[in-house]
Formats: sequence, C-alpha cells, structure tokens
Amino acid sequence: MIQARVRKQFAPGPESAGFSLDLEFQASRGFTVLFGPSGSGKTLTLDSIAGFVHPDEGRILLDDQILFDGAAGVHLAPRARRCGYVFQNYALFPHMTLRQNLEFAAERIPRLERHRKVNEMLEKFHLSEVSGRRPYELSGGQKQRCSIARALIGAPRLLLLDEPARGLDAPLLADLYSVLRQVREEFGIPVLLVTHDFEECLELGDEMIVLRQGRAVQSGPPRSILEQPANVDVARLLGVFNLLPVEIRALDPGRNASRLRYQEFELAGPYFPGRLIGDQVWLCIRPDLLSVAPRNGRSGMNQIPAALVRTIEKPDRVRLEFSGGIAVEADRAALQSYGSVKEWVIEFPQTGLRIL
Amino acid sequence: MPIDWFPLWLSLRVAAISTALALVIGLWLAWTLANRSFRGKEILDAAITLPLVLPPTVLGYYLLVLLGRNTPIGGFYEWLFGHPLVFSWQAAVVAALFHSTPLLVKSARAAFESVDRSYERAARSLGASETRLFWRVTLPLARRSILAAGALAFARSLGDFGITIMIAGNIPGRTQTVAVAIYDAAESDNGAVARLLSLIISAVALAVLLIANRLTPNPFGPRQAAP
Repeated sequence: MIQARVRKQFAPGPESAGFSLDLEFQASRGFTVLFGPSGSGKTLTLDSIAGFVHPDEGRILLDDQILFDGAAGVHLAPRARRCGYVFQNYALFPHMTLRQNLEFAAERIPRLERHRKVNEMLEKFHLSEVSGRRPYELSGGQKQRCSIARALIGAPRLLLLDEPARGLDAPLLADLYSVLRQVREEFGIPVLLVTHDFEECLELGDEMIVLRQGRAVQSGPPRSILEQPANVDVARLLGVFNLLPVEIRALDPGRNASRLRYQEFELAGPYFPGRLIGDQVWLCIRPDLLSVAPRNGRSGMNQIPAALVRTIEKPDRVRLEFSGGIAVEADRAALQSYGSVKEWVIEFPQTGLRIL
Repeated sequence: MPIDWFPLWLSLRVAAISTALALVIGLWLAWTLANRSFRGKEILDAAITLPLVLPPTVLGYYLLVLLGRNTPIGGFYEWLFGHPLVFSWQAAVVAALFHSTPLLVKSARAAFESVDRSYERAARSLGASETRLFWRVTLPLARRSILAAGALAFARSLGDFGITIMIAGNIPGRTQTVAVAIYDAAESDNGAVARLLSLIISAVALAVLLIANRLTPNPFGPRQAAP
C-alpha cells in the first residue's frame, strides 16, 4: 500500500514554463496507472516516490514506512526505499551479462540462496537461454523482461514502471502485457505504471489516475472513467470521444427526454438532471456508438448529414472521419454493402447520449 | 661521450608513482565534484583548476613554503622518514602530482558525468551503496575515459619542470629529472644530450597517448564479438 501526497514547484526558466505538481493518491495491490499527456508530471511522481527527486512538501508512505515527510525532514535515500523501478530505456548495465545484472540486484540475498533465486527469475521471465549475454545482444522484449526481473528480484514493496510500452511493436506489446499480468498474479505488490496510452489503461489498469498539468483530474477504474469522464478535459485526454458543442433547447423530466441543438440540427436525448435550458454543453459520444447510412433524401430523426473525409482501416473495424470532426467506427461487413459513398447521414442513439 | 641515463629512469619512476597517487586522489575528487552538491563546491573546483593556469614557479614557491624543513608538514615528514622532503626525489613526485592531478580531475569528472544517469539511478534503486555504485557501475562504464585520463596524467607528469626545480632542485643523480636534465644540458652547450633526451621523452609521451587511445575499444558496442 502506497500513500503519497507530493507537492513540487518549478519556477519558470528562460526557455521553459513553470510547472507545479500537486498530487495526492493511494494505491494498493494491483495496477494503478498514472495517465496523462507528456509534461503532466507522471514521471516526476514516480521519481519522487523512488527518491530521485526531493519534493517541496508532502508525505510518502509505503506500507508503514515513511519514505518522505517534508515537515519532519525525512527523505530516505533511493536505496533504502525498496521500490523496484523499470526505466524507460531499461537501464540494464551494459558491461554486465544478464545474469550479472540480476546478481547485482540480488546482493542482499544470502549467497547460497542468491544463485537459486537468480535462476528462478531467469526461468520465470524466459531468460535462461540468454543469461550469459550482454544487453546489446538481446532483443527489445528480452531487455524489457530482464529489467522487470531485475527490479523484482530484491523483493521490492512497490514496482514503478515508466512508460514500459514506449517503442514496442504489436507482438512485443502483447508479450509485455502477459508478463505484467504474470507479475500482478505472482508478486502481489502495488504497481504504479505511467502511460499516455488510454488503451493501455484499459488493458492493465485496476485503477487509473488522470493527470493534467500536475493535478489529478479524475481517478477510478478505467472502465468507469471511460463510461463517465468527469469533464470535457478528461474526455479530451482520453482521446476516444466525439465532442460536439451543443445547446440544450428543451428538457422534459416527465418523459425523460431532452432536445439538443448542434449547428442547425436537433437531436433527441434523455433528460439531463441539473441542467438548464439554454446551457452550452459538450455532447460526448464514443465513435462506436454512432451508426451511419448513405444519405438518401431528407435526413430523419437524430440524423445529421455529413461528408466523408477519410477512412481508416482498423484490424477489426473501420473508422470513418467526417467533416465537422465527427468520427464513427463501424463493422467492416456492414459498410461494404454500401460501396463507395461520399454523402452520409450519421445517426445518434437516443439513449446513451451524454453531456459534459 | 657517455650519456647519463639516470634522469630518464628517475622521470619514469616519478611519473609512475605520481600517476598512481593522482588516480587515487583525482578520482575521489572527480567523483565528489560529479556527484555531491555541497557548499564551496565552486571554490573547490576553481582551486583544483588553479595549477593549470598558475605559473609553475608560483606553485613551486607555495609548496616550498608549505613543505619546507621548518614547516609542520615538512617537519612531520622528516620525523616520519628520517630525511627532509624538499630536494629529494620524493619532492619530484609531489611536483608531478600537482602538475598532473588537475588535468586528471577535469577529464575524470567529465567521464563520470558522461555516464548515463539512469544507470546510477537503477543501481541506487536496486539497493546499491554509493561505494558499490562507484566500483561496479560508474567506474567500469567510464573505464575507457578514465584510462585515457590516467595516461594523460602520466604523460604530463613526465613533463613537469617548474615545480620540480623549485622543490626538488637540480641535483644530478638524485633529483635531476629529464626535463631538468635537458635544461641543464642545453645551458651547458651539450646539444647532443639535450636532443637525445628530448626525442626520447617525446617518443615515450607519444607512445603513452597512442596506447591510451587504443587500449580499450568500446566494449559495449556491437562491433566487438561476443566472447
């Protein structure tokens, strides 16, 4: 269990804007993902917990040990914190073989047991065959597994991963995710993972914290953040939604209905509690909840005519991008029957419309 | 005419001992400057650089004042070893040490600072003490540059004249190093000796520098075949 309250201020320099990190969170067993754009303070948070950075104030508690306490002047050295850290560039010692890298990290284990433990980790992370090699002779996936194994061999109480997926291609990514799931099951320690990829949050995260400009803007399970982003900023950061500026024209709690105006079109939606007629809000909807059909005369209820700008093929579906910045994701089979059409109508579902 | 080879052997011996000492002192200073922040760090850094820019005679004068027979350090040395430090071959070692250490500190510090910080962070997060970090990670990673710095220090130790003449003097057969012997020979119109010693010392210095450059091919690049 890690509890952290961290505050750190950077004065603006001649070539950099000022930045302040002000974050409070806790994480227990399982994966907690720090999600945010670059420059939002994710890595700074990891470095504060690992002890590489001295926060201005706050308190960091790991299990029952105080790692940092600004008021009491406690700042444990990184080596006393027992936090495993997996660096973005892996930071495997280039002058040591893979086995020596693990042995270096296992120094605190008594000699007799050390050998057995190193072998066990090599086996667990499928590295036994290449244990005599130096890092530059390894593939990217092997280096990654080695750096995770090295971080874990000293039985840390917390594992920190800095953008582990950066620069990995699809097969390596699948490999990484399965290794990390194995870590979750076998090691039972809290894992803090930094990423700017929302799909990775969904893939791995038990909990996620959305960071923006050094502040947490929302936290919770990734699924529920996807279902209910706290505000339009979060929705934008997740990068998966259509966000359309709309005005509320009518609200009818009795029939659970509302009317929204988007440009010159009217959309019917559910009742939105706590909103007033005339409010300017954002309509937030996932591309896969919209459907499309070729334009055919007048458009009907909840349909908006739009011109197709771009088609992007995805492995399991097709993404259509329309003028006005609306994106729709649909089944390939369903679309193929239409042939090549330029003018379409986009249909909005009546239920499931959400405003922010 | 027979040539006295003593100055050459003395210089090589003095340079070897002073390089060994310079490595110990210089690496410690360089590591401290590269890794620690403390009050007066800039002053220490400037003080270490000072011998590079001061006239050697000034340095020699300071050392004479500091290490002479009537000073505490000089007196202690004499009590310990039974003979005064100044005007002995050991004083030539001190002279070479002050001549070469600043250069060694400069290049060793740059070498330490060029080691990717993430290796040091990794070592620390894996529980390594600063000593272990130094011996097992930073020093091996900076090895090539450190060896080159050591060779440079050796070559420079061979070449000191000003400090040596001030504190070790010019006693043939006892404290006369090559640099001093060349001066002596040139002064007394002994051109052949001056020429020969100059050529030899140039060749030795050149060889040392060439060896330094070739001593350690980058062991971490993909060009080296796996053992």
